[in-house]
Amino acid sequence: MTTETTKKFNIDTVENAAKTPDTELPWAELGLKRNEFDEIVKVLGRRPTGAELAMYSVMWSEHCSYKSSKNHLRQFGQKVTEEMKKDMLVGIGENAGVTNLGDGWAVTFKIESHNSPSFVEPYQGAATGIGGIVRDIISMGARPVAVMDPLRFGAIDHPDTARVMHGAVAGIGGYGNSLGLPNIGGEMVFDSVYQGNPLVNALAVGVMRHEDIRLANASGKGNKVVLFGARTGGDGIGGASVLASESFDDTKPSKRPAVQVGDPFAEKVLIECCLELFKGSLVEGIQDLGAAGISCATSELASNGDGGMQVELTSVLLRDPTLTPGEILMSESQERMMAVVTPENVEAFEAVMDKWAVEYSWLGEVTDTGRLIITWEGDVIVDVDPRTVAHDGPVYDRPFARPEWQDAVQADTFTGSVQDAGRPASPASLAAAVTELVASPNMCSKSWITNQYDRYVGGNTSMAFPDDAGVVRVDEETGLGVALATDANGRYTYLDPYHGAQLALAEAYRNVATAGAIPMAVSDCLNFGSPEDPDVMWQLAEAIRGLSDACMVLGIPVTGGNVSLYNQTGTTPIHPSPVVAVLGKLDDVARRTPSGWREDGQAIYLLGTTAAELDGSEWANMRGHLGGQPPKVDLEAERALGEILINASRDGMIDSAHDLSEGGLAAALVESSLRYGVGARIALQDVMDRDGVDLFTALFSESQGRAVVGVPRSEEVRFTDMCTARGFAHTRIGVVDAASGTLEINGVESLSLDALRDAHEGTLPKYFG
Amino acid sequence: MTELPLIGEAVAVAAQPRLAGARIGVVTFPGTLDDRDAARAVRLAGGTAVELWHGDSQLGDVDAVIIPGGFSYGDYLRAGAIARFAPLMSKIIDAANSDAKLPVLGICNGFQILTESHLLPGSMIKNDHLKFLCRDQVLRVENSNTAWTLDYEAGQEITIPLKNQDGQYIADEKTLDALEAEGRVVFRYVGFNPNGSRRDIAGISNAAGNVVGLMPHPEHAVEPGFGPESLDGIGGSDTDGLGFFTSVLNKIVGGDK
Repeated sequence: MTTETTKKFNIDTVENAAKTPDTELPWAELGLKRNEFDEIVKVLGRRPTGAELAMYSVMWSEHCSYKSSKNHLRQFGQKVTEEMKKDMLVGIGENAGVTNLGDGWAVTFKIESHNSPSFVEPYQGAATGIGGIVRDIISMGARPVAVMDPLRFGAIDHPDTARVMHGAVAGIGGYGNSLGLPNIGGEMVFDSVYQGNPLVNALAVGVMRHEDIRLANASGKGNKVVLFGARTGGDGIGGASVLASESFDDTKPSKRPAVQVGDPFAEKVLIECCLELFKGSLVEGIQDLGAAGISCATSELASNGDGGMQVELTSVLLRDPTLTPGEILMSESQERMMAVVTPENVEAFEAVMDKWAVEYSWLGEVTDTGRLIITWEGDVIVDVDPRTVAHDGPVYDRPFARPEWQDAVQADTFTGSVQDAGRPASPASLAAAVTELVASPNMCSKSWITNQYDRYVGGNTSMAFPDDAGVVRVDEETGLGVALATDANGRYTYLDPYHGAQLALAEAYRNVATAGAIPMAVSDCLNFGSPEDPDVMWQLAEAIRGLSDACMVLGIPVTGGNVSLYNQTGTTPIHPSPVVAVLGKLDDVARRTPSGWREDGQAIYLLGTTAAELDGSEWANMRGHLGGQPPKVDLEAERALGEILINASRDGMIDSAHDLSEGGLAAALVESSLRYGVGARIALQDVMDRDGVDLFTALFSESQGRAVVGVPRSEEVRFTDMCTARGFAHTRIGVVDAASGTLEINGVESLSLDALRDAHEGTLPKYFG
Repeated sequence: MTELPLIGEAVAVAAQPRLAGARIGVVTFPGTLDDRDAARAVRLAGGTAVELWHGDSQLGDVDAVIIPGGFSYGDYLRAGAIARFAPLMSKIIDAANSDAKLPVLGICNGFQILTESHLLPGSMIKNDHLKFLCRDQVLRVENSNTAWTLDYEAGQEITIPLKNQDGQYIADEKTLDALEAEGRVVFRYVGFNPNGSRRDIAGISNAAGNVVGLMPHPEHAVEPGFGPESLDGIGGSDTDGLGFFTSVLNKIVGGDK
């Protein structure tokens, strides 16, 4: 390669921009609107240079600026009590929120989307989704300790679903397994609404000591700015290639992949290298490079710190020497980090890089000018107030309105519909219905997926899929640990976005409590269609309002998250899919409650009450019906149930617990039986009499605030006394029967566990090999 | 090991003063994943774990070495192919082949590194079903006379986690026959061959029995509540892997075994 960089590009300097105000710039091709471009000109007092335009266009994109959702997201910060704030060490706005676990420990977690890349190139899209969220966690100063992956694909029998499913699962496994991070749970949903727009969300959790918390800011005039990790290449540039006017070298590759390509080995080395930097207190501020790459890292670091930074762009190590300044600024090459280092620590910093054989280059330094200045061989190509790039992007009050079709959808209840014809009632048909349910695409065993993930690495996994929550030990001396669950139900949210979002939170909260953990914090990934569609915007607004209201009632704050919009095929949006992650705390993970029955003769109790709530249910879905109202939300009941499950776990009153959600009691009974291959005898007459429902409804209704628990005989009195004292409905519905090898439900033909297992585990292999 | 541990590392040391004097080195390469886990297993078995760095030119004061699992150098080129050339590996190879017969255990990627180093014969290729597979695996201990299996009975069945992408053990027929004849097939898969390995072989040893390699992970079955989860609380043991570590520790301190 020659070093004649000056010959390759017609560099658009700030000086040049001032002299040539009328030069046409491809702002529209870069995704900016006319008003946004005009705003940039106003902010700068001149036209932007090509490099500045590149920076503004990516930083002012929906993905980076939250311009359509910002006005609504504010509620997460506003609807917070002092009580909710007491354990929040770092709130929304940083790379990830941080929650106090006690004993000097802190935990950070966040969920993000990587939806469209995962449709275009499922393996790399999903892999780099894991990579990105893990770097967010490292940026906070934490050691990542686990990942989770909520996935939503198109119809299970659609020919394209296998392509996306195989690629995404292999990508998550290939990347996550190579990082040494146990995958402890997630979700899998098949629905044709996700056919052209699968949802691949990724969650990572990390732990640290309080003193290790790091923030993304560049402070201290004269401190050095360094870029380290992988080299910068042309991947993930997307629209930047339209800045062709910068280049007159027509021999360069014209088409570049819009999807980033991951190198998990580089990331693993980067994790260890960063932890060694933190341990030696060698960095003042640190930021991962994700969306918008160097544009984002420089502008955020500078604007969160003393406000100035000077960077020489030709110092960036490149994989492709033909990249233009704009492309370098926009590149989303993976496995890169930017840090701020004091001059005294430069040598020690370089020693750590050399030990781990990580490449680095010093780009510039922190200044107190309040300006982000980027030069190209000394010529100024960017001269901006970094706040205008990173934080002062456009904010839109998008019009929204309750869709005209919403009333008709809500009026179309399942009971009595055409699809409800021939509802099972006989013992044989009910047995067939239970078997059909647990073999259905959304309710079948996910082990085909989870067996491709390492759940053991690290040696701290106390519980993982298929239990209700993943549980990871944090402190080996005390057993202190965290539990995590993610949930969403796109059908419920479609029927009623406000309550649907609350139901997602309620389920994740319930799952964490079911594991025995005290819920502490929330992270959400809001997957919606186009915000320019008032119907979708209403769904988004309602979901955020519902979620923030529910967080207040449950007393747990949102500490971070992500919004993913424009998830639609043509004009058809996906179901509104707010995926909610809840993190809880266990003082000793040895106390966690697994979901399966184990001990013969233990009493089985159903907690909560059952109403005829089949709208939006898995059963209705299996029959091709979607309409009516989702199950009723009762957050006070969720809280009461959570307290019972947590106290019972702490005091050793229960040996198993499984929450009731999609698929209702039928699904829970089968899952609790199959967990350890231990059957049970069940009678639901008391439930049916008390709640006024028939056997089918008792089994398939998706009423909320319920769980089944296994209670040792010696604890039965104490447990029921506790439920009575708290006024919470509880009914003994059966006993664990270890010898039978069957699930016996009065009024339902005997279900052999072998046959149930074959049905439950056979579905994914049948479709995906 | 006076250094403060990195986040998430074990700090509790089991009270086994008799074995604590035995020092087991655990090698870390770039991309190694299960090094902390192997060190924890050594500590839980009562020994002292010593961190070893791939770039070190001396082995130092250790009585045995574990090459843990992971994806050294990303498994790029071929699993174990690059790690085999690390400066420390040449010291380990020499010590394993010396009269002192340094006990060496290669787990998963460590097994792959040992075959690449020619301390053990054969090789691992991609699983026959082409997918990464994580499961609780039953093994039969075929040889309880190696440095790492003394605390087991021959024929004993144990359950430990298995997790890999390239776990299919292959060798030519002559080598396989020789391994069988010499009792060097140390572990065999029972009930289910998870990767297409020849003759259900899960692990082998060298002729002297001081070098053992296997694909499944004994270090993930050493602590109640964190081992094979399918066995948790229903009669099985989730600490079947502990015997690997007590075997070598007892041998080093000259126990009864």
